[in-house]
Amino acid sequence: MTTPPNTISRQTGVSQQDYKWGFDINIDSDAVPKGLSEETIHQIVAKKGEPEWMLEWRLRALRHWMKLKQEEPTWAYISHPPIDFQDIIYYAAPKTKAGPQSLDEVDPELVTAFNKLGIPLQEQKQLAGVAIDAVLDSASVATTYKKTLDKYGIIFCSFTEAIKEHPELVKKYMGSVVPYTDNFYAALNSAVFSDGSFIYIPKGVRCPIELMTYFRINLANTGQFERTLIIADEGSYVSYLEGCTAPIRKQNQLHAAIVEIIALDNAQVKYSTLQNWYPGDKEGKGGVFNFVTKRGKAMENSKISWTQVETGSAITWKYPSVILQGDNSVGEFYSVALVNNYQQADTGTKMIHIGKNTKSTIVAKGISAGHGNNTYRGLVRFMPGATNAKNYSQCDSLLIGDKCSANTVPYIEVKNSTARIEHEASTSKVSDDQLFYCLQRGMSSEEAHHMIIKGFCKGIFNELPFEFAVEASQLLRVSLEGAVG
Amino acid sequence: MVNAAQLHEVIERRLVTPVKGDQSQVGMYEEQFRAFTNDSKAAGPSWLRHMREQGMARFAELGFPTAQRGNERWKYTNVAPIARATFAPAPTGRMTAAALTKLAFWNKQWTNLVFVNGKFSKTLSSEMAGGVYAANLADALVSQPDLVRSHLGKYASLASDAFIALNTAFLRDGAFVSVPADTVPTAPLHIIFVTTKTTAEPTVTHPRTLIVVGNGSKVRVLESYITLVEDSYFTNAVTEIYVGNSATVDHCRFMVESPMSYHIGMTRAYQGQDSLLTSVSFSTGTAIARNDVHANLDAPGSTCVLNGLYMTTGQEHLDNSINIDHVKPHCTSREYYKGILAGQSRAVFSGRVVVHQDAQKTDAVQEDKNLILSEGAEADSKPSLEILADDVKCKHGATAGQIDLDTLFYMRARGLDVETAGSMLIHAFANEIINTAPIEQYREYLRDYTEKLLPEFKFVAPE
Repeated sequence: MTTPPNTISRQTGVSQQDYKWGFDINIDSDAVPKGLSEETIHQIVAKKGEPEWMLEWRLRALRHWMKLKQEEPTWAYISHPPIDFQDIIYYAAPKTKAGPQSLDEVDPELVTAFNKLGIPLQEQKQLAGVAIDAVLDSASVATTYKKTLDKYGIIFCSFTEAIKEHPELVKKYMGSVVPYTDNFYAALNSAVFSDGSFIYIPKGVRCPIELMTYFRINLANTGQFERTLIIADEGSYVSYLEGCTAPIRKQNQLHAAIVEIIALDNAQVKYSTLQNWYPGDKEGKGGVFNFVTKRGKAMENSKISWTQVETGSAITWKYPSVILQGDNSVGEFYSVALVNNYQQADTGTKMIHIGKNTKSTIVAKGISAGHGNNTYRGLVRFMPGATNAKNYSQCDSLLIGDKCSANTVPYIEVKNSTARIEHEASTSKVSDDQLFYCLQRGMSSEEAHHMIIKGFCKGIFNELPFEFAVEASQLLRVSLEGAVG
Repeated sequence: MVNAAQLHEVIERRLVTPVKGDQSQVGMYEEQFRAFTNDSKAAGPSWLRHMREQGMARFAELGFPTAQRGNERWKYTNVAPIARATFAPAPTGRMTAAALTKLAFWNKQWTNLVFVNGKFSKTLSSEMAGGVYAANLADALVSQPDLVRSHLGKYASLASDAFIALNTAFLRDGAFVSVPADTVPTAPLHIIFVTTKTTAEPTVTHPRTLIVVGNGSKVRVLESYITLVEDSYFTNAVTEIYVGNSATVDHCRFMVESPMSYHIGMTRAYQGQDSLLTSVSFSTGTAIARNDVHANLDAPGSTCVLNGLYMTTGQEHLDNSINIDHVKPHCTSREYYKGILAGQSRAVFSGRVVVHQDAQKTDAVQEDKNLILSEGAEADSKPSLEILADDVKCKHGATAGQIDLDTLFYMRARGLDVETAGSMLIHAFANEIINTAPIEQYREYLRDYTEKLLPEFKFVAPE
């Protein structure tokens, strides 16, 4: 299979059996000392040169988080040693001389790193129409394709820049979908978030290219706390891609992100994620703890679609949700979650139907291998006003080996009699008959498994932008190596 | 990091370990318990006294499960009104056979065990016949002490449940059914718990049932929880069922209590090898009602079918919590619950099927369907699957919605008015569960009974 030019898994020559994205990039980091207190917030704000209102906002979030007494939520089907929140570096930015204006000014080491990652920044303009806002350990370093986007009035920049350049938009929408009181990790993120992406699509504009951000955790013991805010103004359209990798670290790295999407009337937002943070080694040592709050608010006639392929992280705790606020709004969730070795994933979605004639579709595919534990957890709620709302949910799980597990925990709450909801889920192993058929035609057991698994996920991959779809399929193969055949 | 099996132990601990709840009325129950244990007539053997004390201690420790956090088993049912209310022990009540027949299924040919306000009524109950031992627990403790001791309290664990602990604390009498090996009793059994009320204040009863079915036997049992009054009272019932190897138990549960009452019914079943348990419940709503079933498939080749029909109206609240543990391989389970909701009522279904690591070749299906007839009614459904073995076939489904308008149109196009068509469809919806009730005579009774309820469950066509 040919690897398309613009993908994450640029072959690095590292053994396929191991984590392919495991290399350290030696870039000087400008980090605040370990620990979290009001002092830390002051330092972050000072280092980032943020205005007073941001300081206040962060402090409010921190005080709320402190009130939660470091009691992490325990309802998810995950288990990990207690996290020492005082043993984490909350902010680390690569040292760059005052904001690079062009690629030439970017640290050459960084460019090399991106090339290793398969993001050839220099070739950006020739590439498949993808503008990348690369976030390396929290601070957004270089943003390309600015000019093209400027022409349409589209704002695609780092969150830090947005705070400086577009404070009115940030003030209006930040925290409007995920308030800092939402949950433990949302409070933490709101207090310490380092950077992230900010997107604004003006009224009636269809974003001509797919926007893309890269996240990569590099510095040891840093948590990545990025925050993304997407505002699609009336009648606009945007497709946003997010890819994540992290180098091998022995200790667990904490990642607590927030993504907020606002789709105003008649707007459409498509958000795709490919997550392959370091999952830990075969004995379950190390790996990223991924606690993410993603939520969109859909106004009248708008549509928000989440597609995710989750193969990485030691722990995934993530529920991309849609609040279907406006009448006739649509929410979609397509997900493939894979666990191998000692990975734990508790992921799913929430569809909150508030408006009339709202519709949501959930298709979740879980694959469990090794000693992994995979949980689909979803909530579909029809509020009393959600007349003629509809939901269709389908959650299928595939088990590979008898040491792993698959759980399906859907919550369905219907407060409207005209609502219509259907939920289905099934769990099985790879069918012996299908395997036999493939083997009989000369395929190796591994090839056969891969083909069947690919078929199992096909419906989801079809929702991904093209380069991501090929990439996702490769990622599954690599993640499952050693588990099948 | 922990592996999948270890993680499941953690999850299980989190789910089963009750969180400390509302203890505001613990003192009242402790006082009742002291009065009860001082009553020499209730004494019983020393192991039973010890068991009650353990129950009381555990209940005092836990309180009622009202916690807002970490209380997943009671997520959709707030038992605070039960926890805060005061209840007096139910006084002796009076009941006639004629009155009984109006309230519930009644057949003189069956082996009937009738309890009025928790106390055994010899006059209304039948004599034992046809090779089955059926009596009240108090008598069984005298005539079959070893058998009772080896089963009582073995399946309903008081460690994880405050209601079971409370029931155990006040364990005095109840129904005991024992079928020896390779026996098929000629007549089905009917256990009736009826609440009458003579005092002004709300009362509480703690009905207990123990059904022990020997290897290779087959028995049909109907449990009815009914009332004469439309008042507030609290029924805190526990039923334990032991199904021996290759035995078959056909079990039905009929719960029609006062709409003002509280009913918590715990059914705990243990199944031996190649055994079959079919349990079909019918419930109407009360102020707070819970039908809590747990079947433990701890031997290979066993099958359990847990079905139910629930109909709620007014301000009623009904919660069905149906749980199955697939511990050993080659077991099959089916859960099929259907609800019809009217008024401002709320119905909850939560089903949890756990397939343990050794339980290969498990075949499990879990389904919940809700028909919502009126604005203001709410259906909450949480069918969950947790699977640790790979060679399994498991699926679940849940639906909720109103009557399908296309189907309705089809019927109207053939000349039926909306009301007739609606009630036919509702009846058909209910019949799918009623038809699975394993005792034929009762099945017909149930069909008629639900039909009589239908005027309260009308379909109102949208404009």
